[in-house]
Amino acid sequence: MAADAVHGARKAGRYALLAVVSVIVLFPIYAVLLQALKSGPDSFDHPRSLLPVDLTFDTIRSAWTIGKLDRLLLNSLLVAVAVTCGVILTSLLSAYAFAFLDFPLKKVVFAMFLATMLVPAEVTVLINYNTADSLGWVNTYQGLIVPSLASMFGVFLVRQVFLQVPGELREAAALDGLGHWRFLWSVATPLSRPTLGALGLFVFLGTWNAYLWPSQVITDEDHRTIQIGLEHLKTPNDISKLNLITGGLVVAAVPIFVMLVIFQRQLVRGLTAGAVKG
Amino acid sequence: MRRVSGVRLSGVTKKFDEGEDQVTAVDNVDLDVADHEFMVLLGPSGCGKSTLLRMVAGLEDPTSGEVFIGEQMVNDVAPKDRDIAMVFQSYALYPHKTVRANIEFPLKVRRVPKAERTAEAHRAAEALGLADHMRRKPGQLSGGQRQRVALARAIVRRPAVFLMDEPLSNLDAKLRGDTRTELVDLHRRLDSTFIYVTHDQVEAMTMASRVAVLNQGRLEQVGTPQEVYDHPASVFVAQFIGTPPMNLLPAGLLGGEGVRVGVRPEHLLPAADGAVTARVHQIEHLGHEVLVLAESETAGRLVSRLAPGPDVPVVGDSVRFEVRPADMHRFDATSGMRLP
Amino acid sequence: MNRRRLRDIPWAVLMLVPSAGLLAVWTIYPLVRAVDYGHKQCNRTLTECRDVGWGQFSRVFQSDQFQDALLVSVKFAVFTVPTGLVLGLALAMLADKHIRGIGVFRVIFSSTVATSVAVASLVWFVLLQPQIGVLADQLSGVFPSLKEPGWLNGNDTALPAVAISSVWAGLGFSFIVVTAALQSVPRELHESALVDGAGSFRRFWHVTLPMISPTLLFLMVVLTTRALQTYGEIALLTGGGPQTTKATTNIPYLIYGENSLIRNDIGLKSAAATLLFLLSGVFAAVQFRGFGKRVHYGS
Repeated sequence: MAADAVHGARKAGRYALLAVVSVIVLFPIYAVLLQALKSGPDSFDHPRSLLPVDLTFDTIRSAWTIGKLDRLLLNSLLVAVAVTCGVILTSLLSAYAFAFLDFPLKKVVFAMFLATMLVPAEVTVLINYNTADSLGWVNTYQGLIVPSLASMFGVFLVRQVFLQVPGELREAAALDGLGHWRFLWSVATPLSRPTLGALGLFVFLGTWNAYLWPSQVITDEDHRTIQIGLEHLKTPNDISKLNLITGGLVVAAVPIFVMLVIFQRQLVRGLTAGAVKG
Repeated sequence: MRRVSGVRLSGVTKKFDEGEDQVTAVDNVDLDVADHEFMVLLGPSGCGKSTLLRMVAGLEDPTSGEVFIGEQMVNDVAPKDRDIAMVFQSYALYPHKTVRANIEFPLKVRRVPKAERTAEAHRAAEALGLADHMRRKPGQLSGGQRQRVALARAIVRRPAVFLMDEPLSNLDAKLRGDTRTELVDLHRRLDSTFIYVTHDQVEAMTMASRVAVLNQGRLEQVGTPQEVYDHPASVFVAQFIGTPPMNLLPAGLLGGEGVRVGVRPEHLLPAADGAVTARVHQIEHLGHEVLVLAESETAGRLVSRLAPGPDVPVVGDSVRFEVRPADMHRFDATSGMRLP
Repeated sequence: MNRRRLRDIPWAVLMLVPSAGLLAVWTIYPLVRAVDYGHKQCNRTLTECRDVGWGQFSRVFQSDQFQDALLVSVKFAVFTVPTGLVLGLALAMLADKHIRGIGVFRVIFSSTVATSVAVASLVWFVLLQPQIGVLADQLSGVFPSLKEPGWLNGNDTALPAVAISSVWAGLGFSFIVVTAALQSVPRELHESALVDGAGSFRRFWHVTLPMISPTLLFLMVVLTTRALQTYGEIALLTGGGPQTTKATTNIPYLIYGENSLIRNDIGLKSAAATLLFLLSGVFAAVQFRGFGKRVHYGS
């Protein structure tokens, strides 16, 4: 009995702690969400702004119109989908070469590929801007998309799965008459679907959320992604319109939060692929 | 028209690089497998039998020597063009495809029309009792069923040569026995040459038209199961085939200078005036027979196989065994080769 | 075997070309080019460049601007890395219990991975806004500086304020990584420690911590690299300001920022970018060397 009581108290304590920490973690999101759901003056009326009363979509609606958020979202979606498909494709191809083909200097080539993971965007963006400029790609979709189409992270992840395909299966396929091309598409790719899902999600999120490169390569309004466009809702000189940005933030973040909740498992897989041994 | 589809290996050698060293897995093997023969490659693990099979399949290139399938030298022919099919130890089924798709797949790759494909797959499935499982995936099948799918996938192509690499080793004992019978049956029905790799002498003895015994990459003996049992070509073959293995007496005993005599347990019989004396230290009653394990000062450990009955000795008895000259296998004490 | 190797070459080339080409053009080339520009001085249109020698790297490194920016970068790492590591570990330990509803808490704790740099920064920009932000209104009793001049505008508070935003945004990632590591610790280890009579603190110290130490080291290196390379948060929250002291102008902002002094000098920017890359590598190497020995890489 006494042990049960202690156990129960401990459990209650843990729940209480979990709840408190959750409130702290979620507070910024909650506060901004509620501000976005209030009309202008209400959203600055603290702490009443934190109560879920007098809710309205006015702020989000005007942020949508003023910020041309539909265009921004569409741009982001286009770029993220294109990059996701492209990265999956290039990763599958290169991972296949590293996992199933035998060619001279394979280890050296792989090491060189791996080394590119060490080069941070902060170093390359500078010159990439010039490259994009000389190609006429500044303020274009290809400028946003093409430089991100290859990902060594993706190659590495897919290669790990391919290496687990049993050798006898590859040999059986060779006897069945399957060349490399068909083995890749009709056996290796279907077998690695869960990992490809994780990779796709990961790349999609990364592209959707990218800031530095889009902020450099896009200077006009037409090709802005949502991440870049948000900044233009920021009006430091007119604080009465500060709530506009909360509307933009909600629009930008909601699709991603929904994706996170739905695909949490895949996301965790992608994020931890390199981090946890075994 | 009957295809001529024997397999001939001529001076086939395979060396692997292992770091600095070269390891010879298969050493200058000559082997003729006749058309429609059931050839079993038998030997302990690491003897090179799988490597030999994989060279026939084209999954490994020989370091030297030639491989013929039918009349054609196939060293430079891709595996898929060799008119062979192979069943792997792990079955190597496509996990994401249904049983039907697995069986049809080799035909699909070869662009066989769909109707024909379906009919062939159905026939193969029917023959192997898989008709009820066509829509399942390999993960939902038992080991025995998976093994049958692998067989069906191989026979659907009607290959000239059928290669099998320890296909029964992942099955339990009961299933293994049943499948042996089925494979023999399958071989009778198909127009194919079978080459079958195993380390299990029971599989070899029960199924083979001929057995090729390999040891350390070399071919020790080729012959029918009965020949190999009755006239083992070397000490290795003599001891590898037969359970319990042949008794091997020390050089000189019963045979003369430089000769080792081997005796099958069933030929080592108690007799009042037997030449070898031994003390019984264990008796194994197997129902239809009794194994007598004895220790002899002159001959070392001995095993005798007797019919059950009142004459069977008990532990502690001192027994004299005799060997009839006709039952003696005589081997050269240094080379281990059989003497005439 | 050699024949097979040769047979595969055309396929290998075909399959590697897309990735290799892209990585060459957009990763290797710019790196090489940045090193190259690092010892040149060019006009704005890059039509004319002249070699000024490798000394440009050391001149940039020794310049007051770079030294100040380096100090800001390092301070930022000191503010964010230990905090992020400890909080990530704490959250993961808290949620590493199989109790009812834990899935919900795990989603909440990992939720900030969904926030982008821009979203996270602007959320905090709104919260910290001195005239009408929630935090300024509610907590200015405790922290008067929230109101006047506002944390993002104060010389001493701007960088810690950016750090708070950054730690919050990185919490989800740290939580997920540590949680995965905790789940890969074999149960038997905990159970045998329990049977040996180890209390929860001892189990944490002698079982959990050693087993997840490689992951923590990895996380530390990743967080440090990110901290040194932080750009978006700075650009959106402070613009490298307050302008009088440049209290938040770190190295990336020095290179890319709109208010940066060397904005139009590709030579200086390239030199600074190359130095940033080298410094990131040095920091990572130091961490691997310094802590690598204490990390348990068991089977």
